[in-house]
Amino acid sequence: MSLLVGLFFAIGTYLILTKSLLRIILGTSIISHGVHLLILTMGGLKTGGPPLLGLQDLPFTDALPQALILTAIVINFATTALFLVLSYRAYKVLGTDDTDQMRGNHDE
Amino acid sequence: MMNNLIILPIIIPLITGMVMVIFRKNIKLHKILSLTALSASGIIAALLMGENKIDGIQTLNLGGWEPPFGVSMVADMFSSMLLLITSIVSLCCLLYAFRSIGQERESHYFYPLFLFLITGVNGSFITGDLFNLFVCFEVMLISSYVLISLGGTKVQLRESIKYVLTNIVSSFLFLVAIAYIYAITGTLNFAHLSLRVAETGQSGLLTIVSILLLVIFSLKAALFLFFWLPGSYSAPPTAVAAVFAALLTKVGIYAIFRLFTLVFYHEPQVTHLLIGILGAATMIMGAIGAVAHWDIKNILAYNVIIGVGFIIAGLASFSIEGITGSVYYIIHDIIVKALIFLLGGTIISLTGTGKLKDMSGLIRNHPYLGWMFFIAALSLAGIPPLSGFLGKVFITHGTFEAGYYWLGGIGLMTSLMALYSVIKIFMNCFWGETYLSEEMESGTTKGVMVPIACLSLLTILLGLGAEGISVYTDLAVKTLMNPELYIHAVFEGRTAP
Repeated sequence: MSLLVGLFFAIGTYLILTKSLLRIILGTSIISHGVHLLILTMGGLKTGGPPLLGLQDLPFTDALPQALILTAIVINFATTALFLVLSYRAYKVLGTDDTDQMRGNHDE
Repeated sequence: MMNNLIILPIIIPLITGMVMVIFRKNIKLHKILSLTALSASGIIAALLMGENKIDGIQTLNLGGWEPPFGVSMVADMFSSMLLLITSIVSLCCLLYAFRSIGQERESHYFYPLFLFLITGVNGSFITGDLFNLFVCFEVMLISSYVLISLGGTKVQLRESIKYVLTNIVSSFLFLVAIAYIYAITGTLNFAHLSLRVAETGQSGLLTIVSILLLVIFSLKAALFLFFWLPGSYSAPPTAVAAVFAALLTKVGIYAIFRLFTLVFYHEPQVTHLLIGILGAATMIMGAIGAVAHWDIKNILAYNVIIGVGFIIAGLASFSIEGITGSVYYIIHDIIVKALIFLLGGTIISLTGTGKLKDMSGLIRNHPYLGWMFFIAALSLAGIPPLSGFLGKVFITHGTFEAGYYWLGGIGLMTSLMALYSVIKIFMNCFWGETYLSEEMESGTTKGVMVPIACLSLLTILLGLGAEGISVYTDLAVKTLMNPELYIHAVFEGRTAP
């Protein structure tokens, strides 16, 4: 699991460091998956029953990491959607999706 | 003390913003509702301050779940003061936006977004839980992403992409830090974290995680990692830039203060020294930037950075004097940064350019604007009767007391450089030959002078009436310096599991 997280981070970092906007966004998206898996791993992968009342005897799983991940996924979904729209708009207005060509035109 | 008022500064702007989204066409309603919502949250913050003074820290456990299991909201004096000042400053920026933001942006949900931004800021100030802090940060950041790109000019789009990417990456790091903290301590509630860390001692692993958190909040607060700030704060319209400059960096600073006074205060020779070094580097680089630039927006953006470094210097000293200074200075800085951004924006809208060399002699037609700029400049540098003075004295004293003479010295030196940079604007804009007659100006000061005058008055009053607010700042410092007060309030005397 930890190796997978590491792999996701490596791929995501590589993609974020490329020039194309779309690749950057995909990179952030992949890192976010890595982060979510990390929360799951860090919470401890216990094998236990569901955390329900009435099942007193069993050891039960900690439900908090799942709740955190769910919130994080929703937030990440919103930011990714916004980022995609923003970059599409930037592509339309600036005429390029190459971050190298976006820089420093002072005539605006 | 349980108190239901605490949730209102989050709920009011949120619900009002949602209602406003429904009535999209009715801009007049937008204006009235946003004014009412911000005033209401200001009044509630004032009430909270009153209750803090009498009853101490106020808490609220959402849904009746006892801490550390549920989400708890905590309003101590520091949070309540920041809430109040947030409402006042955002109200002034809103008044400025009424006159300057333009129909296009108004009809594209400017006011609801503004309120959502304030929701996030307020939420960050009163949350008592690390994960909830992350959520409030995101609420604030997503609104700020939209506000910074709203309007869609080339500069805005280019800068907003950088801004969004930087903040998304830092949000991921925040989640990573949360995951590690949960793995090490098994809790995310601030009070419970503080207890657990104190029980087991702050091990090397925890110190590393705390530094990771410091990196994240430094990105938000523009402490040392401020590469994104000058570009993105000069792109959006004046009213938005003023709110950003006044509030967004302060939220990061607040988070640093909360964590490094409440939870990670056991290893000051590592963490707080690092904070001090970062603060010093921030001040120096900010000052160099402010002195070097000849464009109003850039000079002001670098002044934000100097302010951040200076506030953080107070925390680095980790003495009562230093923290008192930081509390004073954070309040002063919120007001004066909003003020000077609004003034700078007004000058740019008058002359149609941000370049200092293309303007001169504005004082002839705009005496009030000129003198208010002068007041703001002096206040920024900390000249005695104005609000910046006390903060500077206390912070400098605190750093000297802690033996960080270099830090205090850098602080004093950079405040001179900051003074030079704003007086440079004053001299170039207002002195000299007047070659812009009133007809030739590209904008007017009509209507925008009211919020500017309010903020100027506030900075003078804060300076003169420092005695009056010292009761409140002392209380704020007392809770910041004594984590057990905070823990006791959250758990209400019960023992934590």
